[in-house]
Amino acid sequence: MEKQFPIKKIIDDQGNLIDSQYEGEIDQELVQQLYYHMLRIRLFDRKAISLQRQGRIGTYPPFEGQEASQVGSVLALGNDDWVFPTYRDHGATLTFGADMMRTFLYWNGRSEGVIPPEGKNIFPAAVPIATQIPHAVGTAWAEKRKDTSNVAIAYFGDGATSEGDFHEGLNFASVFQTPTILFNQNNQYAISVPVEKQMHSETIAQKGLAYDIPSVRIDGNDCFAVYFETKKAVERARNGEGPTLIEAVTWRTGAHTTADDPTKYRPDGQGENVINPVERLEHYMKHHDFWDEAWVTKIENELTNEVEAAVEAMEQYPKPNPEDLFDHVFQNNPKQLEEQKHAYLEHLGRV
Amino acid sequence: MDVKTETKTQVNTTQKLTMVQAVNDALKTMLESDKTTMLLGEDIGKNGGVFRATEGLQEQFGEDRVVDTPLSESGIVGTSVGLAVNGFKPVAEMQFMGFIYPAFDQLMTHVSRIRAKTMGHYSVPLVVRAPYGAGIRAPEIHSDSAEAIFTHMPGIKVVCPSTPYDAKGLLIASIEDPDPVIFMEPMRSYRAQREEVPEGKYTLEIGKGKRVQEGTDVTVIAWGAMLPVAQQAVKQAEQQGMSCEVLDLKTLYPLDRDLIAESVQKTGRAVIVHEAQSTGGLGQDIMSVIHDTSFLYLRAPIERVTGFDVPVPFFALEDHHLPTPKRVLASIEKAVHF
Ligand SMILES: Cc1ncc(C[n+]2csc(CCOP(=O)(O)OP(=O)(O)O)c2C)c(N)n1
Repeated sequence: MEKQFPIKKIIDDQGNLIDSQYEGEIDQELVQQLYYHMLRIRLFDRKAISLQRQGRIGTYPPFEGQEASQVGSVLALGNDDWVFPTYRDHGATLTFGADMMRTFLYWNGRSEGVIPPEGKNIFPAAVPIATQIPHAVGTAWAEKRKDTSNVAIAYFGDGATSEGDFHEGLNFASVFQTPTILFNQNNQYAISVPVEKQMHSETIAQKGLAYDIPSVRIDGNDCFAVYFETKKAVERARNGEGPTLIEAVTWRTGAHTTADDPTKYRPDGQGENVINPVERLEHYMKHHDFWDEAWVTKIENELTNEVEAAVEAMEQYPKPNPEDLFDHVFQNNPKQLEEQKHAYLEHLGRV
Repeated sequence: MDVKTETKTQVNTTQKLTMVQAVNDALKTMLESDKTTMLLGEDIGKNGGVFRATEGLQEQFGEDRVVDTPLSESGIVGTSVGLAVNGFKPVAEMQFMGFIYPAFDQLMTHVSRIRAKTMGHYSVPLVVRAPYGAGIRAPEIHSDSAEAIFTHMPGIKVVCPSTPYDAKGLLIASIEDPDPVIFMEPMRSYRAQREEVPEGKYTLEIGKGKRVQEGTDVTVIAWGAMLPVAQQAVKQAEQQGMSCEVLDLKTLYPLDRDLIAESVQKTGRAVIVHEAQSTGGLGQDIMSVIHDTSFLYLRAPIERVTGFDVPVPFFALEDHHLPTPKRVLASIEKAVHF
C-alpha cells in the first residue's frame, strides 16, 4: 500500500524543487503568503505555550511541526468555504480568518473564543475525536443541495481514523458525493499511541479505497505539496466530483498538550531529523531567490506585535458573566431554566 | 472505615496513597491475583494513562494484559463485551467520562441487558472506569458528570468513591462483581488527599454508603468530588450551631436506601448535593427514596444543590456551575430554619 500511495513532494527536505512541473506555478506572492502565515501561526503557538506555563491560559495543544499542513491546506480554500477544525488546528483557522484574540480566549476557557468573524464559516474546534467529520460532510451536502460551488474541509488526526464517525463520515461523503475535503494530519501519534499501533494498515490514504474516495498521500511538511494537492481536491469538489481524502504525513514536534510528557512514550531522538516546515520553506526561498531579509524582518516585527496585542486584548476582555451560563442554551429558555437562573443570581446578590 | 462491609485477605500493612495511586494499586492487585483481568484503554500502556492511573502496569504485566487500544470507545466497550462473555475480566478505561458517549450504544443496547435477555446464559463481568467531573480547568467536554445516564440504564451498577481507601476496595469489588459496573473516579479528588490504604486485596460492598459524620438536624448527602464540598459547608453550618449528618453514597446504583432512610428519619431534613444537571439528576431518585421511606418524618422540604440544566460550561464559568460550599450552606440553613 505504501507503493500504491507514495508520499508526494514538491520540494525536498533541504528546500530544493524536485517536481519541476510546479516551477511556473510558484510565484513570489504564493511563497510570501505561505511564509507569512506559517510564521504568524508559529508565533501564536509558541506564545500560547508560554502563556500556559505562566498560568495565563489553560491546557493548550501545540501544533508546531504541522504549520505547512494547516496553512497550505486552508489557503487552497475560498472565502465562502467551510472549515471544521480540531483543537489542534488553530493554525488553519487563524489563517482562514479566525480572530487571534478570541482564539486565546478559547484556551482561557471562554465560549466567546469560538465565535468566528462575520461571514467566516469556521465551526468550533471539535474536542470529541472525529465527531466533526460527519458535520463537514453534512455541511458540504447542504452546499450541494443549495447548488453552490462551496466546499467543506474536515481536519482530523491519525487517531481519529479509529472512531466510527470517521468511517460513517467517509461513507456518507461517498454515497452522497459531497464536496468535502477529508484532510488528515498524520502527525504519527495520538497522544502516546504511535500510528503503527493505531492501525494495522500501512497508510491512512488507503482507507479511502474502501469508499471509492480518491485519496492521496502527501508530505505534510512540504507546504507546496499540501497547497497544490488540496487545491486539486477543492477543484474536484467544486466541479461536482465529490470528496477527496488527503493524508498529510507530518510530525508533532512538541507534546500532545501542555499537560503531556512525550519522553514517556517517544524513543530518544525520534523526530530529531525532521526539518520544520517553516525552515524548509526558508531553505527553498533562499535557494530560489525569494528570500528578502528586509521583508522577513519587517513581518517578524509586525507579527510579534500582532500576537502581543492579541494577548493584551484577551487579558483585558471583560470578565465572564454568570448569566451566560443560562442565556444561550435555548433560543427561548423554558421557565424552569429561567427559575434556576433567577435563583442563582439571587444567591450571588446580583438581583 | 465500615468494618462490617469489608472483607480482607492478606492485609498486613498500609501505605499512604492518593486516590489515583489507590486505583493503580487496585488494578495491580487484580492483575496479580486473577490472570483473566485485562486492562483496555487509550494511552493506558506505555504512557500509564493521562492521569497515571495505570502507571507501570504494562511494564509489569505485558502488552497483552494492559492494552493500548485504538482510539475508539465503542470499540473498547464492544470488544470488552466479547472478552467478558468469553472468560476474561476486562477493565476498560474511558479517558474522560465526557468521551464515553461513543460507547453509549454498546452500554445501552448490550451491556445493560445481555444477562436479562439470555436468562443468565451470558453475562458481562465488565468494569468501565471513567474520570469525571469539573473543577480542574480542563478543556470542554472533559468535565461531564454523567452518572444519571448510567443509573438509568438497567442491569448496570454505578460506583463512585470519594477517598483513596474506598477507591481501592470498591474497584476490586467491581472487578470481582459478576455484573457490569461503571466506576466513576472524581478527577478533582485524584490527588487531593493521601490516606492509609491496606496493601493487598480487600473489598468494600457495592451498594453500601457510609455515614461519614453523625448529626441530628439535617442529613447532607453527596458522593465523589462533591463530598469535600459538602463537608466544607457542614463545617460552617456547625459553627452556626447546626448538627449535620453526612452521607457518602459511594454506590449510585443500587442506592443504599436503608442508610438514607435511617438518617433522614433521624434528622427529618435532607440536602442532596451533586454536580450533574438538576433535571433527571440522581438527586431526584434520592428524593423518591426519601419520599417512599420517610415521608412522615420530614420536617422540611428536601433541598437539592446541583449543577444547572445547562451544558457544563467552558472552564471560565465552571465555578458558577459547580455547587459551592456557600450554596450548600444556604440550602442547609434553608432546611434547618424552615
Ligand atoms: C472521543 C474522544 N476520545 C478520547 C479523547 C481524548 N483524546 C484527546 S486527543 C486524543 C488523541 C487524538 O489523536 P489524533 O486524532 O491523532 O489527533 P492529534 O491529537 O494527534 O492531533 C485523545 C485520545 C477525545 N478527545 N475524544
